[in-house]
Amino acid sequence: MGTRTEVLVIGGGSTGCGVVRDLARRGVDVTLVEKGNLTNGTTGRMHGLLHSGGRYAVSDQASARECIEENRVLRDIAGHCVEETGGLFVKRPEDSEEYFQEKLQGCRDCDIPAEVLTGEEARAREPYLAHDVEKAIAVPDAAVDPFRLCVANAVDAENHGARIETHAEVTDLLVESGEIVGATVRHASGKGPREHGTPGEEEEIYADHVVNAAGAWAGRIGDFAGLDVAVRPSKGVMTVMNTRQVDTVVNRCRPKGDADIIVPHETACILGTTDEEVGDPEDYPEEEWEVDLVIDTLSELVPILQEARTIRSFWGVRPLYEPPGTGTQDPTDITRDYFTLDHAERDDVPGMTSIVGGKLTTYRMMAESITDHVCEKLGVSATCDTADVPLPGSEREGDIEAAMERFGLRSPVARRSADRLGSRTEDVLASCDPNPVVCSCEGVTRAEVRDAIEQAGTDLNAVRLRTRASMGNCQGGRCAHRMAAELHPEHDEESARAALDELRAERWKGQRHALWGEQLSQAMLNHALHGATLNEDGDPARTGASVEWDAFDDGAGADAEDAQGGSTAGGDAEGAHGD
Amino acid sequence: MAIEDDVIVVGGGVAGMTAALAAADTGASVRLVTKSQSTLRHASGLVDVLGYADEELIADPFDAIGDLPADHPYAKVGVEAVRDGLARFDAVTGDLYRGGYTDANALLPTHGGAVKPTARYPASAAAGLASDERDALLVGFETLSDFDAPLAADHLRAADVPFDVRGATVSFPGAPRADAKITRYAHALDENDDDERERLAARVERVHEGEPRVGFPAVLGESHHAAVRTALADALDADVFEVPMGPPSLPGMRLEAAYERALRDAGVNVVRRPVDGYETDGDGRLTAVLVERNGQRVPHYADAFVLATGGLVGEGIDSDREGVHEPVFDCHVPHPADRYEWFVDDPFGDQPYPRFGVVVDDDLRPRDATGGIEFENLRAAGSVVGGADFAAECSGTGVSLATGDAAGTAAGSDTQ
Repeated sequence: MGTRTEVLVIGGGSTGCGVVRDLARRGVDVTLVEKGNLTNGTTGRMHGLLHSGGRYAVSDQASARECIEENRVLRDIAGHCVEETGGLFVKRPEDSEEYFQEKLQGCRDCDIPAEVLTGEEARAREPYLAHDVEKAIAVPDAAVDPFRLCVANAVDAENHGARIETHAEVTDLLVESGEIVGATVRHASGKGPREHGTPGEEEEIYADHVVNAAGAWAGRIGDFAGLDVAVRPSKGVMTVMNTRQVDTVVNRCRPKGDADIIVPHETACILGTTDEEVGDPEDYPEEEWEVDLVIDTLSELVPILQEARTIRSFWGVRPLYEPPGTGTQDPTDITRDYFTLDHAERDDVPGMTSIVGGKLTTYRMMAESITDHVCEKLGVSATCDTADVPLPGSEREGDIEAAMERFGLRSPVARRSADRLGSRTEDVLASCDPNPVVCSCEGVTRAEVRDAIEQAGTDLNAVRLRTRASMGNCQGGRCAHRMAAELHPEHDEESARAALDELRAERWKGQRHALWGEQLSQAMLNHALHGATLNEDGDPARTGASVEWDAFDDGAGADAEDAQGGSTAGGDAEGAHGD
Repeated sequence: MAIEDDVIVVGGGVAGMTAALAAADTGASVRLVTKSQSTLRHASGLVDVLGYADEELIADPFDAIGDLPADHPYAKVGVEAVRDGLARFDAVTGDLYRGGYTDANALLPTHGGAVKPTARYPASAAAGLASDERDALLVGFETLSDFDAPLAADHLRAADVPFDVRGATVSFPGAPRADAKITRYAHALDENDDDERERLAARVERVHEGEPRVGFPAVLGESHHAAVRTALADALDADVFEVPMGPPSLPGMRLEAAYERALRDAGVNVVRRPVDGYETDGDGRLTAVLVERNGQRVPHYADAFVLATGGLVGEGIDSDREGVHEPVFDCHVPHPADRYEWFVDDPFGDQPYPRFGVVVDDDLRPRDATGGIEFENLRAAGSVVGGADFAAECSGTGVSLATGDAAGTAAGSDTQ
């Protein structure tokens, strides 16, 4: 027995989400399974740069051309996921003039708009750039929200009949007579949106074709059928600042190197990154030196970063791939291009195609290419329209302004809601009245949180990714319990509590790398709120400890105290205010 | 004429205010220098002494204090100092607080629906005691996302409290803005301009099923809180209580008002400016702190000083990537050299950083790295003193009261 689908896509990162959208829009019956929440792997763990192509303009012009082309496409189809920040390639005195000229020429060769700015002009745009920055090249880099982008792709796919299953891990491939015919999937908490406390279950999903889009995990999927998919995972750190020291993407203009980019993102800036090959995409050291390196090195471009508050750091794993036999030693030299591995052709094992390598900016193009490939196998002749049809949330530009008017939304909170929701603003905000703010750092309202819960079930980390709630300075200290409260009563108290503890654990993971200065103070305040004010750590419902209730003050002594007259120094405090 | 007092206390939290009152009690002239806003409004308003030792819930904190490790602040000052500190607290707060009639801890519901042990609690929270077996109704407000009453009630049931509890959500009269501040609710009830008290009671009446006690988020008035509770209680024919909440905390603000009144009555001079440096006699004694005033650093002289600037939250303890320090007098703060040893990976594990603080001798004088005394006439009180994780053990205000009382009394006595 089992479930049938025409195509099974493994992996809910940008590639998988792009593929499932494309297939669904071409009328293919498709199911996507992702072991965590959407963007769980590499996609949700990057700095959010929408490449102009400038970074590859010298080293890899083919990629550079693809980037600028897709950069333009995403501005059109995913406007609500993209912030048009612009980008700068900045040259310091010690950086090579020759390379600067090569970069400029490369941009021009690849049709990337590029303008040379003097140091003064660059500082006029970004006042915190170092005084000795000599000059810069302005390019159309932008910031993209990978969560919003993937969710929008998944929603569009669902609207076209696709089935999306998160927290659904592939535990084996189904192989019959040498052909891959599907996969065994373990649902952590039943099918559909996550529900804490629901027992897990297994499902066998049979498909006419399987797409392995598991990124850095693609090798593990291949292993299930004895296929060698030699992904070379390479880790990199991203350090999140508490505010936007720059409003433009700032790149260091030098050939290659660690710690050479700052991307403004919503309320924060993200510093990146490092590049080190790791053996296991889930188990690798997250190291202090990496955090210090990005702060210290990028302070050469923007000196105030040295003293600025960082709120957390996270690591991502690039799913680098190179064809067998290439033998590149340094992971920074491995191509960022993508590869389609047709296992029928390559390994004589039909039924599955793997897609490896690549980058977020060109996710749609990669998805189109693999969808073409799959459609050819299935004999489907529909053409791709994903470059032309806007994603949900980006359809109707005028709608945002109209909704803002209708809800009287001129406050900063509402502006930010509208930024996140795009053309869904009116539908979502109208769903909840009154609509109080749940996360005040990021200005996220109850309506948005409930909208995300409808999609994500009790997975508060998925709610966080959709709304940005708990991603600000306090890292959930003030709002995590409020987010959990929105689960109730649709989900029971025990589920809400489990979801809260899971969110807190995830928030702590990244904060560990920012525990000094103001963020250590914030951690202590959070510790006090959770440990003392809420007493979550001593909560009998959590610890299971039985309490001898009658050993504690039950108030019965108060009358005796009153009879003795007590003390009167504090009085009733009536009128204490303002006297 | 130079600014000169017997005692200067740096820091305006519970520890600093207690130290100032204690020093004034010895007959000393006292000046308290603090940054503008007190941190009392960040705390729930409950006064914890010791709720947990070795992660076990404690019914009688005085019993357990003697067993604490030698570097715990309570071990430095002894159990009698804890009693003295509480006695001073009771004198300052009077009828505003309850719990002084017993050594036993009380268990109070938190706004998340857990229960927590505490030694003194606002009178406004008294009817909410978890050991009271009367059934309870919790009422939340639609627009106030910090307290979800039905969820808190379910959570209390999961904690197996000895009474039945139900939660209901009502809309607060006058439809406050969706992002209204907590104080907006309190002031509407204080002023009662549009009969908010009666209208609120009428809305609660619709969901009230005769429970003998009804709990609300702790926003029931700031200056007229007793009258607000009485009005609600009379209308509902039930005891009314507040469930303490996170910042900004109305019980914390009321407590702050009581302390400010006590400081005024005791003749303590309060200066709301930052301290930026100090002077010594070159022979191990402090002579003055430098108070920042319009860009100038003005010496404030005294014979004895108390450091009560708070811990990591109050910025009495500061840190950067290189280390942890005490910024006012640069007192020694022991800590691992590697900042990755300041925490443990388990988010709910036993964290090192909450214990960061200065090391004191039995007379509360900060010690330097070699064990010597930093300054002959400087004492430390409250969370600037290391050795206690006040959040995990629920001991915060108790440590501030005990060490504040001891440091202030000693500082004052030295000058008399």
